[in-house]
Amino acid sequence: MQGPAVVDLHVTVDQASDAERAAVDVVVPPDQAAVIVETERLVRGGTARRRERRHLLLPALHALQAEIGWISPGGLNYVAERLQVPPAEAYGVATFYELFRVDDPGHDQSVTHVCVDAACQIAGADARFGELRAEGRHVHRSPCLGQCERAPASFVQGRGEPDHVPADEHEVFQHRQAGDPELRISRRLGVVDPTSLESYRDHGGYEALAAAVEMGPDAIIAALSESGLSGRGGAAFPTGVKWRAVADQQGRPKHVVANCDESEPGTFKDRVLMENDPFALIEAMTIAGFATGASSGWIYIRGEYPRATARLRHAIVEARAAGLLGPDAAGSGHRFDVELRRGAGAYICGEETALFNSIEGFRGEPRNKPPFPTTHGLFGEPTVVNNPETLLNVAPILLDGPEVYRSRGTEQSPGTRLFCLSGSVGAPGVYEVALGTSLGDLLELAGGVTGTLQTVLLGGAAGSFVGPHQLDLPLTLEDTRAAGTTLGSGVVMAFDDSIDMTPVVVRIAEFFRDESCGQCVPCRVGTVRQHEVVVQLQRQGSLAPDRLDLIDDMARAMADASICGLGHTASGAVRSALQLGLIGGGS
Amino acid sequence: MIRLTVDGSEVEVHDGATILDACNASAVETPTICYADTLTPVNVCRVCVVELEGSRTLVPSCSRPAEDGMVVQTDSERVRHSRKMVLEFLGSGVDLSQADELQRWIAHYGADPDRYAAGADGKIERMDEEVRVQDELYIRDYDKCVLCYKCVEACGDDAQHTYAIAVAGRGHGARISTEFDVTLPDSACVYCGNCIAVCPTNALQFKSEFDLRAAGQWRPEDQTITRTVCSYCGVGCNLELHVQDNEIVKCTSPDDHSVTRGNLCIKGRFGYQYVNARDRE
Repeated sequence: MQGPAVVDLHVTVDQASDAERAAVDVVVPPDQAAVIVETERLVRGGTARRRERRHLLLPALHALQAEIGWISPGGLNYVAERLQVPPAEAYGVATFYELFRVDDPGHDQSVTHVCVDAACQIAGADARFGELRAEGRHVHRSPCLGQCERAPASFVQGRGEPDHVPADEHEVFQHRQAGDPELRISRRLGVVDPTSLESYRDHGGYEALAAAVEMGPDAIIAALSESGLSGRGGAAFPTGVKWRAVADQQGRPKHVVANCDESEPGTFKDRVLMENDPFALIEAMTIAGFATGASSGWIYIRGEYPRATARLRHAIVEARAAGLLGPDAAGSGHRFDVELRRGAGAYICGEETALFNSIEGFRGEPRNKPPFPTTHGLFGEPTVVNNPETLLNVAPILLDGPEVYRSRGTEQSPGTRLFCLSGSVGAPGVYEVALGTSLGDLLELAGGVTGTLQTVLLGGAAGSFVGPHQLDLPLTLEDTRAAGTTLGSGVVMAFDDSIDMTPVVVRIAEFFRDESCGQCVPCRVGTVRQHEVVVQLQRQGSLAPDRLDLIDDMARAMADASICGLGHTASGAVRSALQLGLIGGGS
Repeated sequence: MIRLTVDGSEVEVHDGATILDACNASAVETPTICYADTLTPVNVCRVCVVELEGSRTLVPSCSRPAEDGMVVQTDSERVRHSRKMVLEFLGSGVDLSQADELQRWIAHYGADPDRYAAGADGKIERMDEEVRVQDELYIRDYDKCVLCYKCVEACGDDAQHTYAIAVAGRGHGARISTEFDVTLPDSACVYCGNCIAVCPTNALQFKSEFDLRAAGQWRPEDQTITRTVCSYCGVGCNLELHVQDNEIVKCTSPDDHSVTRGNLCIKGRFGYQYVNARDRE
């Protein structure tokens, strides 16, 4: 092909190197180009073909970044022409993500990302950062890497080597509750071989899918509704209602999306699930596809989870080879297959509609709702989107029945939940307990608080702080709501009284400032101004009443007028810290 | 038809109408920044939010479809607070000195954009952008940019389909940009100027206006606007020639005109210099 395939697309004169072309060609082979000039008079192209391929933009940008350590003008042009995406739009997408850079790094070494969020911050992240730099490594301050149980955490973005997590190399995973007969979601963790389909089957794997095929879609969804299962990502939407709504949509392709972009500071449960029981996620997605009539499954996993990504990819290949995915998935008569997509460092892409935009090759900006994903989700089509923990509840519900499921937990919050224990506790890690367990009992289960408890961050950065006087709080949706806090994504991060909370709160405010997508004014500007006021507090030790009013004014506007949950929750931790007197010497 | 209640009075709108349409139908004036009736609503500025009974958060009136039985408040304390804060937030980091409409709403809602810098020793983040003057046709002053996305929409799907600009970066660092911030002449820009037409803050302006302002000679009160038909081709786009001191200083097109809905091409938008040429006689 000579020259640009389509005259409409204007690109600069910059040319891609051979290495860049080769890297992109792996993801978008020449026969997959949006325009193919067969002869002067036969050109394959057009709007539909172009739209069908835009979702390859994110993988193509990943390929460039991995190949030469940045996305160069020439490389971007090559991708733009291949996919017929305007270069300005492709640049807008590339600049959205933390793991992509659009300026020449000036070296060809791997980059070590060091987490600086709360759990790592109090475990010496700054010192770790300094050590690594002194060793001559290229280091980068990173938001939460989802490894809070082994703080301070790091992640290596590889050049000439795969992306990896140094801590993975010598860690043999152990589930601290292994062997507990009460476990449901996490019962296979540390027991099953996560790389073996046979081992998964030996531990009860794919029994639920067989049962599901026997039951049929309506009975599956009825069982989910009766169980009272609600989403475990933070919003707690009833799963049965969601699946029913998608199942009722007719005449358009439908999707099942596993939201594996867990990025809420303090959250790592989904990583542990995916790394140690990856087939369970594939099986649950297949059940979701069968129940709702969706044929395509998508796993959107955060870019900082290389081991979970590798294990899921392996599980997909194995399941396909065994006929458990494909044209007749597990003999259900239903077509279902799964595609995996890596995020590239953006907290906001865990918001479901931002996640759709990210997969589709657009900036990860949340969409306004309504319409909701159940009618207008991925590619504008009906979509079930659940996170791994939610999906892993499906098998026990189908196998044991909703009554057994409801026998644990409370009336309004049935079942069990995974909690991510970190910070000042004896044995940080993932713990599965019945909903309704008290905060104090959960902390005891995790080895108790080391030192004297000062406060607990519940629900992550988007949650709020609670005081030691609230250890009796039953961990349920209804009780936390009544107490003005939230379970969020299951974060329980403890802080002993030796910890200065001011830098922690400053960092939480900075986190939201960094992670706001910038689309809507209340969040784009509000998170910046909130951080500035908290920095001022750190500098001065206290705040004048008009500054405290300002915090409240900003919090109300962000909660009321932002597009998505990021803005709605961006002030919870700051305000609760002020109310509890953790910062600013009381208020 | 859909019946809903806006500020206590019942209003009827056609199917597919938005809450904003309902507000307009009941003569309730609503501030908007990112909304234009020629563009797809992106609902990012959030200044048009209203309180909707049964909704946990406020909702953007510009994009929320009206439904039967909705009960909408446009002037409750919650609504006034969020609108005021949006205006304050923008005013605190963006130069709104040439955004007359926004200044009017800032006064209306009692917004105080200066209170952020005042308490922080002036140390607050602002847009902080140099004016981009890259040709003789128009300039981009992103110090005045409120990231309303209108220019991106006009350049892209909603009018021109040129896609020369997009939003790049993230959070408060997001900017309207060409790829790698290359200059306009190096970009895909075709100089239709449809981005200038939709800009609510004068961040995009004719070079002629920019030069006159710099010289202290920009006097809108002395300008006349003459409506005419573009002489270049047979489409029949209408032009509004803004004339000051017997010279055309900029050219716009009426939004409500059936032919182009406010859009023009490079010739209609910028090709008026021959009229000013003294040696034509």
